[in-house]
Amino acid sequence: MEVGQLQRRLVDYTKSLLTEGILDDQFSQLQKLQDESDPGFLVEVVSLFFEDSEKLLNDITGALDQQSVDFKTVDGYVHQLKGSSASVGALRLKNACVAFRSFCEEQSLEGCLRSLQEVKQEYYNVKNKVETLFKMEKQIVAAGGSVPKTE
Amino acid sequence: MNPSNGKGSIATASSSGAWKVGDVVPDQFPAGLRVLVVDDDPTCLVILEKMLRACLYAVTKCNRAEIALSLLRENKNGFDIVISDVHMPDMDGFKLLEHIGLEMDLPVIMMSADDEKNVVMKGVTHGACDYLIKPVRIEALKNIWQHVVRKRKNEWKELDQSGSLEDGDRQQKPSDEVEYSSSANEGNWKSSKKRKDEEEDIEDRDDTSTLKKPRVVWSVELHQQFVAAVNQLGIDKAVPKKILELMNVPGLTRENVASHLQKYRLYLRRLSGVSQHHSSLNNSFISAQEATFGSMSSLNGLDLQTLAVTGQLPAQSLATLQAAGLGRPTAKSGIPMPLVDQRNLFSFENPKPRFGEGQQQHLSSSKPVNLLHGIPTTMEPKQLANLHQSAQPLGNMNVQVNAHGGHSSSLLMQMGQTQSRGQILNESAGSHVPRLPSSVGHPAISNGIAGGVIGINGIGDNSRGIGYNQVRPTSSMLSFPMNHTSELASNSFPLGSTPGISNITPKGAFQDEINSEIKGSTGFGASYDIFNDLHQQKSQNWELHNVGLQFSASQNANRLQGNLDISPSVLVRQGYSSSQTSGQNRNVSDIGRAVFSGVESTQQGNTQIIGQQLNNFLVDNSVRVKAESIPDAGSQSILFPENNFGQEDLMSALLKQQQGGIAPAESEFDLDGYSIDNIPV
Repeated sequence: MEVGQLQRRLVDYTKSLLTEGILDDQFSQLQKLQDESDPGFLVEVVSLFFEDSEKLLNDITGALDQQSVDFKTVDGYVHQLKGSSASVGALRLKNACVAFRSFCEEQSLEGCLRSLQEVKQEYYNVKNKVETLFKMEKQIVAAGGSVPKTE
Repeated sequence: MNPSNGKGSIATASSSGAWKVGDVVPDQFPAGLRVLVVDDDPTCLVILEKMLRACLYAVTKCNRAEIALSLLRENKNGFDIVISDVHMPDMDGFKLLEHIGLEMDLPVIMMSADDEKNVVMKGVTHGACDYLIKPVRIEALKNIWQHVVRKRKNEWKELDQSGSLEDGDRQQKPSDEVEYSSSANEGNWKSSKKRKDEEEDIEDRDDTSTLKKPRVVWSVELHQQFVAAVNQLGIDKAVPKKILELMNVPGLTRENVASHLQKYRLYLRRLSGVSQHHSSLNNSFISAQEATFGSMSSLNGLDLQTLAVTGQLPAQSLATLQAAGLGRPTAKSGIPMPLVDQRNLFSFENPKPRFGEGQQQHLSSSKPVNLLHGIPTTMEPKQLANLHQSAQPLGNMNVQVNAHGGHSSSLLMQMGQTQSRGQILNESAGSHVPRLPSSVGHPAISNGIAGGVIGINGIGDNSRGIGYNQVRPTSSMLSFPMNHTSELASNSFPLGSTPGISNITPKGAFQDEINSEIKGSTGFGASYDIFNDLHQQKSQNWELHNVGLQFSASQNANRLQGNLDISPSVLVRQGYSSSQTSGQNRNVSDIGRAVFSGVESTQQGNTQIIGQQLNNFLVDNSVRVKAESIPDAGSQSILFPENNFGQEDLMSALLKQQQGGIAPAESEFDLDGYSIDNIPV
């Protein structure tokens, strides 16, 4: 595929992610921050996010797996996940975290477990999509083009 | 980023003083603003760093609060602003915020994904200059420089108080401010003013005003030194330059001290502000004062208010006193408190915890908690000024105290103050205990009292007595207010130490009366004692006060009363005891100090003086005061020795006095706990 096409595809793809709410404006902001001097910025941040999130998800799973669940601790983890999701622009994931937190407040184990599932789902979803996005960007760059900025 | 440039430009601009005063910001600014970002979330940290860099700021990121603190401490003046997350595993963001505010006085922005009102409110009360909700957008970060500018501007303004008491940070009523400022001007402010006029001042200003202002990390030790110096000099005389000299810390500049002093006062004010609601005492005091002021004997009932009312104490001081005192709204108007009561007042035992708490904390914290809060010590204007300066809360007290400046009834005031103290103490003693703390919150109050006391110092040679803990305020004061204002929490006054107060009594400074007070305030005493130790240095503070202290030679009877001039009637108490019986006063003052300590050391200086005076007064009261004809300035040193008394001592002294009516050596001065003798004037 030629560069132009690749670029168009990328733009469309990104737009769709925004429309679906998987990503929000914050992500676009981050994209804008990336510049020539620091081309790997977005990838770096997102990778950091994935790493951190997976750790958090593990922590949450472990905490919910306890004999006596400490909802405060769980809430703490979810809060953090919510914060970082918001920072990278993972909108749906962030919303799932918000819902999760309310279950923590209620101290409903069942609700938390369900929320955890949803959060995990959203997480893998956004991870997938963003990774695809990056692949497309790589392709463009490999083809000699530059990554278009999404408006 | 060229931080230096950014700063440099500002610096240059400021050199002309424009930066700080005219708010003329160099074009390059805010480029180069040195930002420290603290967040345990690595993702957010990286994103923030990127965004801040995009704003052309010089960014340093760290993911642990402890690391952030050590970074800040190592690089004094290495940063202009701090952005911190609220929820962090190793240290609560608000705690970090407080540390930074106290030690470095940098603007701090809190941020969190949490946008709940109570969390945001917490940020406000802890002194955050802004609160950002995550996800943080770059637009929000673009404007953070405004907080740096604003803070600098306000700091200068504060320093400028001498001339213009801008409402600015002053919580005081405008009228009070004016009043205060005018009187204060004579006192500290004048000096500060003078300083300003001086070239070096200007230059210094410039330096400080520039963003590049080297930041001193105010470690606990350094702060204690600062407080000690302030106490030694006396609130009124606590001029940055002198503080600097006293501290004798290499590398520390006057600006550092000046801004820290300001901050300290703000801090005290904040403390008192929290307990402001408690400070209805002031009001009552003031009113009471008027009524009772005339009658020294009626000091008992003389609530500080009356003292304050007598017009001596500027409303502010009253307020502060009140606030400081204990937030006791009941400004003991007409302190009809029988001596016994007074004792109770002082028997801060209960309240001790309050003060103690505050005190303890403050022992090191230079913020003199206005234990004297309620005690509208008739601190002399200067004292008030000092007190005012030192700790807003005290200021209130001081105001009250000063108001009387030349009153013979100053004693009354003192008494009133003491009363207020007593009241405060009482409060604490009784269930009021919280009062004190509340006053603690008002560090100012105690200071004020101290200031008042100082005035009284004139009376008591014992300015030592006043050692008032005003000086201590830092140590004790803080603890006091802290208790209540809690936010300030640092005030862990060891007041809880009832035993402390009891110590005071024996001190003998307080003669019978005082003793009684001391006893009463033993509660405090205990705490004070602690402070005393801490505030050994206090005596110095009293010096300043002494100046203000009216310890007129006509001491004895007058002393207490006359000296009440010392705004901080409490001081007087101290003064009294301190006069000669410095030893005795000490005790009292210690107690008082303790009390005052709570008040916040800032006021210490003043309170101390006052306290001393009070002590002297008190001490003399029974014995000293009379005998010693208030050594006045001379006795200042004596008075201050007790600085440890801090304001509390003064307060107690005052209270005692009040109780016993300023009559010298009367048991009125039940400075129980207030080793007013030691009011180091």
